[in-house]
Amino acid sequence: MTAMPMTNGGGGREVWVTGIGLLSSLGEGLEAHWTQLGGDTQLAPSPVIEAARFAPYPVHPMVALDLNRQIPRRSDQRQMEAWQHIGVYAAGLALDDAGIKGDAALSSNTHLVVAAGSGERDTEVDERILELAKACGEGDLPANEILPSALRPTLFLAQLSNLLAGNVSIVHNVTASSRTFMGEEMAGIAAIENAVRRVASGQVAVVLAGGALNAERNDLLLNFELGSMLWSRPYRATWERSDEGGGFVPGSIGAFLVLEARDHAEARGARPHARITGVLSDRSDRTFGAAASSGSRLITRLVRPGDLAGLAVLSGASGVEPVTGDELGLLTSDALGSIRPPIRAYGTALGHGVEAHFPAGVALAALALSKGAFYPPLDAAGIECPTLAKPDRILVTGFGHWRGEGVALLEEIV
Amino acid sequence: MIPRIHEVFSRQELRDSKKRPVVAITGIGVITALGAGVSENWRALIAGRSGLRRITRFPTDGLKSNVAGTVDYIVPAPASSVSRSVAMAIEAASEAIVQARIGSPGRFPGPLFVATPPAELEWAHLLQLYGVNNGSGSTGYSQLLTAGRSGRWSHLRSTLRFASPAEILAVRFGTQGQPVTLCTACASGTSSIQLGMEAIRRGAAQSALCIGADGTVHPEGMIRFSLLSALSTHNDPPEKASRPFARDRNGFVIAEGAGALVLENYSVARARGARILGIVSGCGEKADDYHRTRSRPDGTAMIGAVQNALDDAAVEPEEIDYINAHGTGTPENDRMEHLSLRAVLGDRLDRTPISSNKSMIGHTLIAAGAVEAVFSLMTIGTGTLPPTINHDVPDPEIELDVVPNVKREGKVRNVLSNSFGFGGQNVCAVFAAEPQ
Repeated sequence: MTAMPMTNGGGGREVWVTGIGLLSSLGEGLEAHWTQLGGDTQLAPSPVIEAARFAPYPVHPMVALDLNRQIPRRSDQRQMEAWQHIGVYAAGLALDDAGIKGDAALSSNTHLVVAAGSGERDTEVDERILELAKACGEGDLPANEILPSALRPTLFLAQLSNLLAGNVSIVHNVTASSRTFMGEEMAGIAAIENAVRRVASGQVAVVLAGGALNAERNDLLLNFELGSMLWSRPYRATWERSDEGGGFVPGSIGAFLVLEARDHAEARGARPHARITGVLSDRSDRTFGAAASSGSRLITRLVRPGDLAGLAVLSGASGVEPVTGDELGLLTSDALGSIRPPIRAYGTALGHGVEAHFPAGVALAALALSKGAFYPPLDAAGIECPTLAKPDRILVTGFGHWRGEGVALLEEIV
Repeated sequence: MIPRIHEVFSRQELRDSKKRPVVAITGIGVITALGAGVSENWRALIAGRSGLRRITRFPTDGLKSNVAGTVDYIVPAPASSVSRSVAMAIEAASEAIVQARIGSPGRFPGPLFVATPPAELEWAHLLQLYGVNNGSGSTGYSQLLTAGRSGRWSHLRSTLRFASPAEILAVRFGTQGQPVTLCTACASGTSSIQLGMEAIRRGAAQSALCIGADGTVHPEGMIRFSLLSALSTHNDPPEKASRPFARDRNGFVIAEGAGALVLENYSVARARGARILGIVSGCGEKADDYHRTRSRPDGTAMIGAVQNALDDAAVEPEEIDYINAHGTGTPENDRMEHLSLRAVLGDRLDRTPISSNKSMIGHTLIAAGAVEAVFSLMTIGTGTLPPTINHDVPDPEIELDVVPNVKREGKVRNVLSNSFGFGGQNVCAVFAAEPQ
């Protein structure tokens, strides 16, 4: 939903990012991402691509995780599928980073907001059932004969969208409240927006918000391929797929943030990465030019046109057309002013994280602001220009591959 | 300069004891196995009539449970749990908006918060895709993906996008801004109301459309819950399948339905002459960290949700006149719900009637909180407490006045409505009569 941004002077409480948990094909944690993305060297990173396992679809595979580090109980590990492992792990990293993990009272007062899609199916079970059904001949699936023996109750729990949140509560004892938002990219935007608004309005003091995607799943690929949304050619950077019709390359991502009221963070001595000064979203009907107009309205409510000094942009563009081209057109037009801020489509390096994509963008923005530098260009085509200027504000965009537009603005805490 | 409407109201806006704008309900709509519309549902509900019946949508032989609260009179094409949910959501929301007389046709002046079931391929779809002979000789998901790449199945995409139901509803009703889709399992309907309430309290909106819808009675849905031993196996007769709080209860009955509510800033609603059906005076949440399907044995999370709801609404336990129970009819839920209410309400609970709509409509899962909010408001508005039917064998360990089997009249100002979800998401709401 749209509402006035609660930027400085808006009467709301300041919202700080005091914890970040980030996992992707590039590695685990903030330092790994800063290094792999070339934050220090300003050398373009090499994306990690799995081209063979799901051919013709390239995906960005999750880095190997030692689950015991964040999900100590084996029984918990067994009750989850990879999607939930990634999310619970990233949530644990964020809580560690914020200094909340292990503080029972604080965990119990921490609110949880998760962006989720469908849970995971056991594709081997599906395949077995499909073969059995085929052997039975035409007609209905003899569901009642096959399914009860094939399905496991624990698997059903892995399929429920709200069970990532359930598992985060169980493993990390975050229990003040628990909300799960859906709607692909909009799930991630709604999660961050809801968390920020509740903190800014004084309703709550600390929120753990984020999402996860396991890209290495045939059932996920099937869902998106039925909508013709996937990139099925050899890997290319996000901006460089339009002449072949566009498409997204899924990336396994876990991204969680601890968002905290400034006074609460200061009282407990928490170290902030950055502050979030605004999150806005809207819905356009995606007729010609509608997404760009919607995005333009949102951006100019957060950033005064012409006042682009110190601004950098982390674009959540998916690569799906025409919206990716529309977004690029907007960001490189004069709509925002004559100075072009440096733009990085972070999905080029991480892949597209769908529900987790916007939280990942916010995480990367907070990381860059805390490091006092920006990322090098991620593409080879020169659309993204190098910059050595230190950003003091980063705009994160989230244009859904099908619906929804969202933006967030983060600022350096001096 | 002429002040804008909300600025005028902000000067004379009715605030609650915590200085927040009061949130009114001006429209309600519902659809369940008992029928379409508030009137038809309410007549059946206070008559103690069950809407549960034998499943005819698909063969049930071999299943331990074959009763459900299906909504069979809405048959969307193509049939899927998502399309059924959307069709029911449209029915319920249309009724609520017409009653509220808000906005103009196709233009609702606030945001949409909607809870819908998972967007996923059902077996019928998988079998269709798998049955395509594309000459590739491939099997398994490779075959499914090959069929998917052909583009011939793109009509299934609306079944697979979580953003789809909200998009359809946003277009249909012309709601403002990005629609929000949410899931807190069986607490989802209440969460949708909570999100609307919060937006109005923050001043981010003057009205909100809050919907919960669920149409997931399909074979895999039944089997999943059956494997968790969550479903009632009292199949004969079907209308006796759901037995909340009874000693012989052994599970819930899966059901379909939708509930919709129009929430408004109270002062804005009054100023435009809207009929006030009641107030959302507060919501409370608390998540469980004990187990994926069981609540912490000491009831910490449920107790927290009830207590937080009372705190948020600034009402004392003795001010609660009636409780609309989560009351699923599973041995675990009803025992824990009683324990939790006892912990918060103490002796007052002995004088607080509580009933479970699910005894008649079954458990509408994602929709339940919204459906039961509608009935909570009807209870406030009519002074009639719907019964808990099938209460033939009271459970000696559950000392509750469940309004057994027959409706009762009584003055009801404040209702506590409970929603406890699988996965540990607990949300409770307090609804109240219009301030005097």
